[in-house]
Amino acid sequence: MTVSPTEPHLTKATRSPLLAVAGLAVEFEVDGDTHPAVRNASFELHGGQVLALVGESGSGKSVTAMAALGLLPATARVSGSITLDGAELIGAEPSLLREVRGGRIGTIFQEPMAALNPVFTIGDQVAEAIRAHRPVSRSAATARLLELLATVGLDDPARVARSYPHELSGGQLQRAMIAMAISCDPVLLIADEPTTALDVTVQAGILDLLRDLRTRLDMAVLLITHDMGVVADVADDVVVLRDGQVVEQAPAAQLFAAPRHEYTRALLHAVPTLPELRLAEPEPATPPAHEPRPLDTSAGTTPVVLLRNVVVDYPGRRRGRPVRAVDGVSLHIGQGELVALVGESGSGKSTLGRAIAGLVPVTAGTVTVAGVDVGHASRRELRTFRSQLGIVFQDPASSLNPRRTAGASIAEPLSLHTDLRPDAQRHRVNELLDAVELPSRLRGRHPYEMSGGQRQRVAIARAIALNPALLIADEPTSALDVSVQARILELLRSLQSQFGFSCLFISHDLAVVEQLADRVAVLHRGRVVEEGPADDVLRAPRHPYTSRLLAAAPVADPAQQALRRAAWRQLTTASS
Amino acid sequence: MRLLRLVSGRLVSMIATLLVISLITYAVFVLLPSDPAQLSCGRPCTPERLADARAFMGYDQPWVQQYLAFLGGIVTGRTFGSGAAAVHCAAPCFGYSFQLNESVTHLILERIPVTFSIAVGAAVLWLIIGVGTGVISAVRRGTAIDRAAMTFSTIGVSAPSYLVGLLGILLFGFTLNMVPVNGYVPLTEDPVGWLWHLVLPWCVLALISAAVYARLTRGQMLDVLGEDYIRTARAKGLRERRVVGRHALRNVLIPVVTVFGIDLGSLLGGAVIAERVFSMPGLGALLLDAVGNVDLPLIIGVTLFSAFLIILANFLVDLVYGVLDPRAAP
Repeated sequence: MTVSPTEPHLTKATRSPLLAVAGLAVEFEVDGDTHPAVRNASFELHGGQVLALVGESGSGKSVTAMAALGLLPATARVSGSITLDGAELIGAEPSLLREVRGGRIGTIFQEPMAALNPVFTIGDQVAEAIRAHRPVSRSAATARLLELLATVGLDDPARVARSYPHELSGGQLQRAMIAMAISCDPVLLIADEPTTALDVTVQAGILDLLRDLRTRLDMAVLLITHDMGVVADVADDVVVLRDGQVVEQAPAAQLFAAPRHEYTRALLHAVPTLPELRLAEPEPATPPAHEPRPLDTSAGTTPVVLLRNVVVDYPGRRRGRPVRAVDGVSLHIGQGELVALVGESGSGKSTLGRAIAGLVPVTAGTVTVAGVDVGHASRRELRTFRSQLGIVFQDPASSLNPRRTAGASIAEPLSLHTDLRPDAQRHRVNELLDAVELPSRLRGRHPYEMSGGQRQRVAIARAIALNPALLIADEPTSALDVSVQARILELLRSLQSQFGFSCLFISHDLAVVEQLADRVAVLHRGRVVEEGPADDVLRAPRHPYTSRLLAAAPVADPAQQALRRAAWRQLTTASS
Repeated sequence: MRLLRLVSGRLVSMIATLLVISLITYAVFVLLPSDPAQLSCGRPCTPERLADARAFMGYDQPWVQQYLAFLGGIVTGRTFGSGAAAVHCAAPCFGYSFQLNESVTHLILERIPVTFSIAVGAAVLWLIIGVGTGVISAVRRGTAIDRAAMTFSTIGVSAPSYLVGLLGILLFGFTLNMVPVNGYVPLTEDPVGWLWHLVLPWCVLALISAAVYARLTRGQMLDVLGEDYIRTARAKGLRERRVVGRHALRNVLIPVVTVFGIDLGSLLGGAVIAERVFSMPGLGALLLDAVGNVDLPLIIGVTLFSAFLIILANFLVDLVYGVLDPRAAP
């Protein structure tokens, strides 16, 4: 391939595609039934290009990629054609497929911690990938793997090579995965939700790396994602999949500017947006320290939640030092107020939520919720206090008991804390199902018989069953598709205005927070670095960390995203 | 360095566990309404002779002191009685069987080669057969091979070992006349005879345990084959044999090793049924005889020794664990 990577568009029309998918259909056979996963999908990917395969869960995007690698389970029936440089991959000989996998096509997956084998070192696993395709000696493979680890931007490659997966962070692991994927100079990189499990600032770094590698190595990328922001950030062309069918196919700029298909429009519409990025004037040498603002007592009501210098330590392993998860947080949530706690993984946001719920002991400081001092309450007081509290967790699939029906799950707090008679309980459950916009016939369903969105609605109904004073929602939508997320957020907002509970909304997603929150507290390494009205914090952040966080969050608009990317680069180079 | 800290830490807790077990064993057996002195007192048993016997065996002391004397004997050895009739039990003395006129330590050491020969040989066999069958079953899931292996293992799991043992003796010993049906020949005297006498007990024990291991391995393997890192290994272009044999098996072995350590430990403490069926003078047979004769010092000694073996096996499992699973290291 002699095409210059800088002018791929000029030659695109004249040369044959690198990857051509034509009339691809995949069906899964389960207990005699066939379930179509991909139907008659066709698209092309040219060398050096980034093609994004976009869709919600169950749209068949990952199945399509796995079909190209011949890695579908034995229950799959595949027809149609996928060619790589003209060579047919569907039904190809195992030896050809092995040569393609890891050789001509490198692959990275969603959850790097799970995608790497926990019992082998990073070095072992990368070297193995090299030696699977190149007849090189052990030492030559080692030299190459160190070079690769440096290429993907890992500091101290030798140390990383010696490490086991559990000793590294998600971002480091995904870089190591990328090193493995590009180890044999592939012509195509399949990236299946490569940043979904990562924090936004880490995501921004990984996307930057992919963009950089693609130009440097003249490598095409098949990017599978559900995140329109990520698409806007890196894709040249976009294929939108729905229920296994291609509904729209267009260059990225065109797709975002003028989506032709209704589904694409709906999808783009459902993506929460961030206000235009306005970064603060040159940063002061020392960022304005967060000071707990005097309580707003003008309303004359006492806050529902009052935190004063809350510290939470987790005991260290063995004789190690305790780990400080929350480090002196002061915060209040007024009656009927929705306060968002924003931060990346490890910032302490979930720990703080648990401390407020009385689920982890507080090391120092006081937590007062609805007049109860949670840290020093008696068992009985805690019991009463818990009836004042509803919690919604991230993944409804695991927070609902799989053996209980929706009705039974919702009724549980009622039978624990009230003495409603069975018929009154039934009535209340129906009321709650109605409140979360679920038909009452769902009450007899088990979690596995419901969709993710329905499950989360059931979890919300359970959380508000006792008319709580406070609802803690810990990443309630991050396991859901965007269109479902939009409806759940809408529901939360309407429930809050209806029932008037206060809400602590824990999230990593700034755009979601922007839609919902009255006030925002940004948590970084256990400290609140910035706090204020949502509009102020998200439009004109004062703390550099908030700015970085905002700049790293991708938006579903290629032109805006390019600006954000530039801002992010500037911020990260300035800070390093 | 890491290993050293692990070993030393575990050693302390091992000794503590053993002390607790010895105390409980001692208390239970001494408090039982049976008097060793009475048994060896002879007839007619006059109160003076009984008192003499008690004093000789040390049973005239309160039991806490008896226990302390027992512990002391492990370190320094003990002498029972005095004068010409005195018997010495050299350190480490785990008690003295007055019925067999032999120190418990000596009795145990005598039987160890028999039981260890049975246990280790059987364990190696069942590990190979069981894990092998489980892996093949999982990889060929749903095929005739898988179904056959699992049917066979259901039979193996549910078959009582004495029955399989007796059937084995009947078929291979008497009908086919291929192997000797009982007895033990020391390895040092006659290696071929040793092997020949052990083949049948090995196979019987291995067959039964292999069935359990095949099921365990198959289940673990099916779980592991669904993991993301297996998909990664395939996406690297590795051969299926390497994916299964290296990436999956290493993870499958982690839980298998745990069960194996406990199984081997308890088998080393006495392959009771196998020793009975095949008339082999091992630790299990020794314990059964001791129970039959109410030989309390011997029962205590063998029980403690079995507990020690199980704890040791667990300790070794932890060490292997540290090697197999880097996440388990402290």
